[in-house]
Amino acid sequence: MAMTLNEDQTMLRDSARDFMGSEAPVKHFREFRDKGCKDGFSHGLWKQFAEMGFTGILVPEDQGGLGLGHIEAGIVLEEIGRNLSPSPFLTTSVAAVEALKLADSAMRERWFPGIIAGETVIGLAIDEGAKHRPEKTACTAERSGNGFKLSGHKQFVVQGASSDMLIVAARTAGAAGETDGLTLFAVEKDAAGLSMEAARLVDSAVAAHVTLDGVQVDADAVIGEVDGGWSVLTKMLDAGRVGAAAEMVGVGSGAMDMTFDYLKQRKQFDRLIGEFQALQHRAAHLYGEMEGARSVVMKAQSLLDEGHAKAELYVAAAKAKAGLACNLAVREGVQMHGGIGMTDEYDIGLYMKRDRSLNEFFGDAWFHADRVAIMNGY
Amino acid sequence: MSDLETFRSEIRAWLEANCPPEMRQPVKSDADVCWGGRKFVFQSEAQKQWMEVCAAKGYTVPDWPKAYGGAGLTPQEAKIFRQEMARIGARPPLSSFGIWMLGPALLKFGTEEQKVHYLNQVAKGEIRWCQGYSEPGSGSDLVSMQTFGEDKGDHWVVNGQKIWTSYADEADWIFCLVRTDKTNKYQGISFLLFDMETPGVSTKPIKLISGNSPFCETFFDNVVVPKDQIVGELNRGWDVAKYLLGHEREMISGAGAGGDGGMSGIGAAMRDVLAEEPVLRAQMALFDVDNLTFRAHGERFMDEWKTGKAHPAYSNLMKYVGTELNKRRNELVMAVGGSNALEWESERSNGGSKARGWLRTKANSIEGGTSEVMLNVVAKRILDMPGA
Repeated sequence: MAMTLNEDQTMLRDSARDFMGSEAPVKHFREFRDKGCKDGFSHGLWKQFAEMGFTGILVPEDQGGLGLGHIEAGIVLEEIGRNLSPSPFLTTSVAAVEALKLADSAMRERWFPGIIAGETVIGLAIDEGAKHRPEKTACTAERSGNGFKLSGHKQFVVQGASSDMLIVAARTAGAAGETDGLTLFAVEKDAAGLSMEAARLVDSAVAAHVTLDGVQVDADAVIGEVDGGWSVLTKMLDAGRVGAAAEMVGVGSGAMDMTFDYLKQRKQFDRLIGEFQALQHRAAHLYGEMEGARSVVMKAQSLLDEGHAKAELYVAAAKAKAGLACNLAVREGVQMHGGIGMTDEYDIGLYMKRDRSLNEFFGDAWFHADRVAIMNGY
Repeated sequence: MSDLETFRSEIRAWLEANCPPEMRQPVKSDADVCWGGRKFVFQSEAQKQWMEVCAAKGYTVPDWPKAYGGAGLTPQEAKIFRQEMARIGARPPLSSFGIWMLGPALLKFGTEEQKVHYLNQVAKGEIRWCQGYSEPGSGSDLVSMQTFGEDKGDHWVVNGQKIWTSYADEADWIFCLVRTDKTNKYQGISFLLFDMETPGVSTKPIKLISGNSPFCETFFDNVVVPKDQIVGELNRGWDVAKYLLGHEREMISGAGAGGDGGMSGIGAAMRDVLAEEPVLRAQMALFDVDNLTFRAHGERFMDEWKTGKAHPAYSNLMKYVGTELNKRRNELVMAVGGSNALEWESERSNGGSKARGWLRTKANSIEGGTSEVMLNVVAKRILDMPGA
């Protein structure tokens, strides 16, 4: 396909841009942060997402969704990023939906309607240490009765404490470090033995530490195949990765645009600081990095939508590049704003915090660059 | 089947039947490139045959109109053609400055007569062109150039000197910026075409740090150029030159990336070494991220450019990103190669191809507009930064 948005996609972008800009701009995020909101997002806004049709964007049409692809989900995510709009969209409507598409029909019927209605939130209980290493999953799922008993610890479960269900990666066979022997489970929030400790993050999102202390689930809680969860997990994580990358294109673009505007307003030494070549070159370089990130993210999205063999390689490259470019945008943003960029009152610092979280989410740039090297044979 | 799918299968079948196996091998050095022209000696029968069958179908310049030697493909068809060429690793049948640079300029600014005459020669590989832009005192500040064409009624008499003229000693004709009005800096330059065998034209190769001489100094001593050999209007050659520089930047931005341009080949071959060099491996991995990014960026740029959606100055950005990336690629190739890559003349090193290639790439971010000038242009024209 051509690497340009078609007419429908352009319309979606315009409506997502209008919607986030009016209903969920940075001001909205600030209000929720200042209230100390325990969920880290507005349930009212999540319902509005549903009214816009965003929540079911990746859900197949015959199951009540829009049946669109990663390009379209990415269009919404970019606007979320640009406005720092807090929502469960990335975890629930992108990553979790991709996993649930591979679940049996009973499970899809159990969860899709609530997701589409903007009523259900799903948390991803994958990471067990401070860094994203899904194959190192040690959390266990022992066969017990008609199902499994889950034990272990998870962290960085974004909006975990507000979730109706957690998708938990656990080991039904093999040892930590192996991709075989993993299984994904749908664990409902009120399951006995499930406890959570919510922690506010640097970007004011709320993520949970989750303890699974012999949590009993039925056999029908399995998403996909027992011991064969890696393929479902990969699909879910790749959707999350390219989605986080798209959101970072939005965060980086928002920070960059704000910074370029500032260069055209701020005067020092009787000149607009944007006249200085030292800043112009850095601005132009940053623009090139962001344009590259936008391109590789779009390529990864379209390859995922095609089911192309190189999709995984490009997803890794996209998460790495979007992370590096967005990080450059927020660092240059704070620096070029000077003192005002260090103040809480000014928005640029909020972008820096959001970038830090998104870079870490689903594996950072170094993790994904390493995967690119491995996939390239070295 | 849609029209485009039918087209794809036709192209695939045609390439299968017509592209000789030898022409599906990667281009290893300049010697493998088919440049065409009066002085060109084909490296092999396959190279000659490949150029000729393509020229007969218009496939040396697939998106040019048929009347000018092209195949008249639409942007979508041309993209499919490129994809199918890449799929079998087909070499370009013909490479030339005539295709990349003069062609686009003539298509936009040439008279119908000029297009029919010159473009057909280019498409068939009959005439090899070189470009006369830079002068010893006019590099980045190109518009300060002094080579002068004195009006003698039905012709100009050109005197002056050009520098960094690529392959001037092997070219048949030159497209050249010549000052035709000394009183007007920007609107005093004309874009002239003339035969390198015209009396008064001489060339002298410049030996570079790579030991090779792809560039020349070119001297004009009372060179007579007929008045019908001007492209565009008198004194408006700068418009043509700027337009053409866009194409040069487009070309350079994609140059030098053999295969997929990434580290997968060399990385896999040196896997054991790299296992003990984690820092170098990490640099290669980050390079590969940027390389994949640039491939996607280039594809997106081409899709936008061909449909008129790209910013007119965008090729400056691509030139900057692409040339800096290519320099980085060659630094890594040298680092991975270690002392083997230092060899300069041995057969084992293919005549020092890595070292010479590495040194050659240092010019990428100088020729056709330096990286610094590209950043100036991006900042001012695309980002609309203030100041002169």
